[in-house]
Amino acid sequence: MKFQVQENCLTIFLPREVDHHHAEQIRKDADVLIERSHIRYVIFDFKETEFMDSSGIGAVMGRYRLIHLIGGEVWGVHANARIKKILTMSGVTKIMQIYEEDQK
Amino acid sequence: MRNTNEMEVTFDSYSANERFARVAVAAFMTQLNPTVEEVADVKTAVSEAVTNSIIHGYEQEVHKISVNCQITENVFIVTVKDTGKGIEDIEQAMLPMYTTKPELDRSGMGFAFMEAFMDKVEVKSAVGEGTTVRMEKTIGKGRSLWTTQSL
Repeated sequence: MKFQVQENCLTIFLPREVDHHHAEQIRKDADVLIERSHIRYVIFDFKETEFMDSSGIGAVMGRYRLIHLIGGEVWGVHANARIKKILTMSGVTKIMQIYEEDQK
Repeated sequence: MRNTNEMEVTFDSYSANERFARVAVAAFMTQLNPTVEEVADVKTAVSEAVTNSIIHGYEQEVHKISVNCQITENVFIVTVKDTGKGIEDIEQAMLPMYTTKPELDRSGMGFAFMEAFMDKVEVKSAVGEGTTVRMEKTIGKGRSLWTTQSL
């Protein structure tokens, strides 16, 4: 799992498959960083992600719960059609903004 | 004669085996010539059921989970079985957003996803005995085989 901290913004580069097994690791590592670096914005980067189940939704919701108390936001980028479908179906898009990049 | 096929795998309830379970099921279903979308649907549903057994059924203890797949013509049936603690109120457990473990970052969307991605989901459970989730999906619905058309 790769993470990047820029000021108060944390980017989580998600693995190829986001299931319960990987979500546990994301949760542990991300929460340490969020606390230590006073993170307000969390960006989930789905660039590599081909598979996600409800554990991924839980991971997004959990981080949101953590940072919305201090006025933070969660964002999602590079989601493919399948991931977008999962995100929309679960209703998590109500709390997470999906960033659509311009077609090059 | 009806075209049938069956397979069953049993594995320990390690979270790393979630991947094994859905890949094994996906590999078995390829003989039905499914679309990428159909494979993804089944993989997600299997992942949800197996994750439920690991987290809720066995509460992270290591025991056995069985996954059985049956093919009858173009109907794919996958059954995930554990001998864990069982579900007290199945109807409540299947409600979207309902979870008994919010502290573990569970979203409560597991059964909702299974129902959304499969045609039929049946849950049988007895407290202290375990849970069986049976899911059914017709592959290639409304898709006529192009090879049968004259050119």
